[in-house]
Amino acid sequence: MAPDGTTGLKVVGTRPIRPDGVDKVTGRAQFGADFQLPGQLVGKVLRSPHAHARIRSIDISKAEAIPGVKAVMTAADMPDIPSEEAFVGEGPANFRDMSGNTMARDKVLYDGHAVAAVAATGAAAADAALAAIEVDYEVLPHVIEVEDAMVEGAPVLHDDMFTSGVDPKPTTPSNVAKRMVFELGDVDAAFEKADIVIERKYKTAPVHQGYIEPHACVAQYAADGQVQIYCSSQGQFMVRAYVAKLLGIDISEIRVTPLEIGGGFGGKTLVYLEPLAVVLSRKSGRPVKMTMTREEVFRGSGPTSGGTVWVKIGAKRDGTIVAGDAVLKFQAGAYAGSPVGPGCMTAFAVYDLQDVRITGYDVVTNRPKVAAYRAPGAPISNFGVESAVDELARELDMDPVELRLMNAAKKGTKAAYGPTFGDIGCVETLEAVKDHPNYKVPLGPNQGRGVASGFWFNIGGESSATVNINEDGTAVVATGNPDIGGSRASMAMMAAEVLGIDVERVRPIVADTSSVGYCFLTGGSRVTFATGMAVVEASKAVVNELKARAAKTWDIPVEAVEWQDGQAVPAGSNAGDFEPLSLEDIAARSGRTGGPIASTSSLNAQGAGPGFGTHLVDVEVDRETGHVKVLRYLATQDAGRAIHPSYVEGQIQGGAVQGIGWALNEEYIYDEQGRLENPGFLDYRIPVASDLPMIDTVVVEVPNPRHPYGARGVGEVPIVPPMAAMANAIQDAIGIRMTELPMSPPKVRKAVDEQAAAEE
Amino acid sequence: MARIVLTHSACRQYTGGMAELESDAASIRALVRDLETRFPGLGRQVEESMAVAIDGVMYQDDLTAPIPEGAEVYLLPRIGGG
Repeated sequence: MAPDGTTGLKVVGTRPIRPDGVDKVTGRAQFGADFQLPGQLVGKVLRSPHAHARIRSIDISKAEAIPGVKAVMTAADMPDIPSEEAFVGEGPANFRDMSGNTMARDKVLYDGHAVAAVAATGAAAADAALAAIEVDYEVLPHVIEVEDAMVEGAPVLHDDMFTSGVDPKPTTPSNVAKRMVFELGDVDAAFEKADIVIERKYKTAPVHQGYIEPHACVAQYAADGQVQIYCSSQGQFMVRAYVAKLLGIDISEIRVTPLEIGGGFGGKTLVYLEPLAVVLSRKSGRPVKMTMTREEVFRGSGPTSGGTVWVKIGAKRDGTIVAGDAVLKFQAGAYAGSPVGPGCMTAFAVYDLQDVRITGYDVVTNRPKVAAYRAPGAPISNFGVESAVDELARELDMDPVELRLMNAAKKGTKAAYGPTFGDIGCVETLEAVKDHPNYKVPLGPNQGRGVASGFWFNIGGESSATVNINEDGTAVVATGNPDIGGSRASMAMMAAEVLGIDVERVRPIVADTSSVGYCFLTGGSRVTFATGMAVVEASKAVVNELKARAAKTWDIPVEAVEWQDGQAVPAGSNAGDFEPLSLEDIAARSGRTGGPIASTSSLNAQGAGPGFGTHLVDVEVDRETGHVKVLRYLATQDAGRAIHPSYVEGQIQGGAVQGIGWALNEEYIYDEQGRLENPGFLDYRIPVASDLPMIDTVVVEVPNPRHPYGARGVGEVPIVPPMAAMANAIQDAIGIRMTELPMSPPKVRKAVDEQAAAEE
Repeated sequence: MARIVLTHSACRQYTGGMAELESDAASIRALVRDLETRFPGLGRQVEESMAVAIDGVMYQDDLTAPIPEGAEVYLLPRIGGG
């Protein structure tokens, strides 16, 4: 499994202390809101109080006259860029839409939409300036829910949006941006062969990623046009590219320095504040710092979609699933680009199913434009499909794990989205559940057990890494991906494995855009896979150079040198009798043998291994209050090869917890005017440690043959199964099928009351 | 010859609904050219917004990937992530 073909890994698979740990527990780590530049101004954003309104005019004159106010901007200060497709985070978007989302131009499309921004010497002056900006709105009818937005006569957000993917092409604008159909086999014929058909409609709520750190940045526009941006994001190269595009600045003029990131989960794959801070700095001549409040994070940044999921599944009496059909309607927020595409492709992916059809709709509504969130789209369709499969298991009186095992995708299965799977671990995650003690714990009254499986593709992409050998034989590994989930540790470990040295002697850093080669953003569970491959390649090149230096020292051919356990040794007795040269020895004399030793690798990694997971949860339902208590939670997942098992387990636990919040509590609550009523963690309830038991994990390892150590991405799969697993457990506990998220106490209580009324 | 499978309506709109076709393209770049020639607009669609799965391995933004003789090729929407 080692990249040189040998077996026996010494670093990969161990659990060293995280390299960023001390900085974070001592408060030394600099997150977005911690960074400061001398003379910086305070930047703030004026946001729309209306869900949908035309901007008749904006008068900033009074704001500009306030003492201490150094700059005021509106969309008029940004280029009115043309429509141009962009690939951001979860799928195609449009740079013109992105510009409009950072600062409204003609219309505001949601409560919280930015309409102006100010920079002042202090927060009080900035607040006064915001209050002095006069915006003349023509309030328009709005629409919040996805199916309301699709009906004829609904308020139309964009006069130039005509549904694509339908024939003939519509002549009137609509909130449906796109219709898509995925189809394999003959679905209608397959349903004819089914003995049992389950058909049900489900609904999920839009949920925020809930990262603890708000969006924050500092921007400095110099007199010569050079731009420096310091920010927390999921990709400094992403920030550079988007700011350049939105403001018409050459990429070479922009340098973005990544700061520590306090959570992203997909929500920081976009820019919100950075272009505004650059414009304000350009206008004021001073650095400008902008930090969202929590309320702004909720009102102004993107959650993931809510949607409806209609599912129809057909099966034989023996449990063989023979057909699947689904219709997904995802709200995209104010601009097109929901993750309905991946929602479609992942819907049935855990099953060996040859006749399948999924229809998807991408629909705009008067909510913040959605952003990526772990496995974008997959949890929504999975909630419907895995709930329906549970209903099928009940109808067949089969164990839900056994039913899934009978139908599980495996190597050689043609995926429900098309391609034939290679080495995958879907079955192994189900077997791990069956083998776990949680599977057999007896349950009491009002307690129930639920299971669900989930899938995510994982991606690769463009990455660069530089390995520098220091004079004392230590190493620095520089990559261009913000470390969200422990990637610095895994980068250092893979480098240490190749170099044959202790991981403590490798210092991993996340470099700025001018100091390392291009890296696509941190997302799609790609960094350990793709950037890790770049690190391995760069480290292998360094080893080759170290061998060459030893060969020069010994005056023998480089082919006669081997690298073993961090030192050069003669390949055999014929090579000569030399004492081994350690990395320290070679590094100390590198100047005499050719100069510094370093290597850079840039690549476009392909063949990320698909990921599968299965979750098993026990709950207890309080019939009087509707409260659902999680008693036990088990998450099993195929990690390919866990580079740092603790981080893998942490990713699984974190994803499961976010999914539990999605299942039980999280939702946006709007008033009749379309204003968000719960923009804070007090009223937008995410799970905290005291709500939950320990999340048990089992890491299954089916190596990915495309990675030197067999790694697969692990960050997204764990958020896919929890909602269905929870709903299935509630069904098991109280005999009620919850079809709508969140399954919050009022909704569960209402369902219990309806059940009681029906039984009377 | 490779078997090219179009599961997505975004591709089928260029082929008049045809879900499968054959191509002797030896790389994704050659496939893009072949598709554009035979179904104007499809090659561009694939190059700009699709992933290409060759014998089960997903390729994105890699025009150089070889397509072996007899390969099974799926054209799929690009995948991102969170």
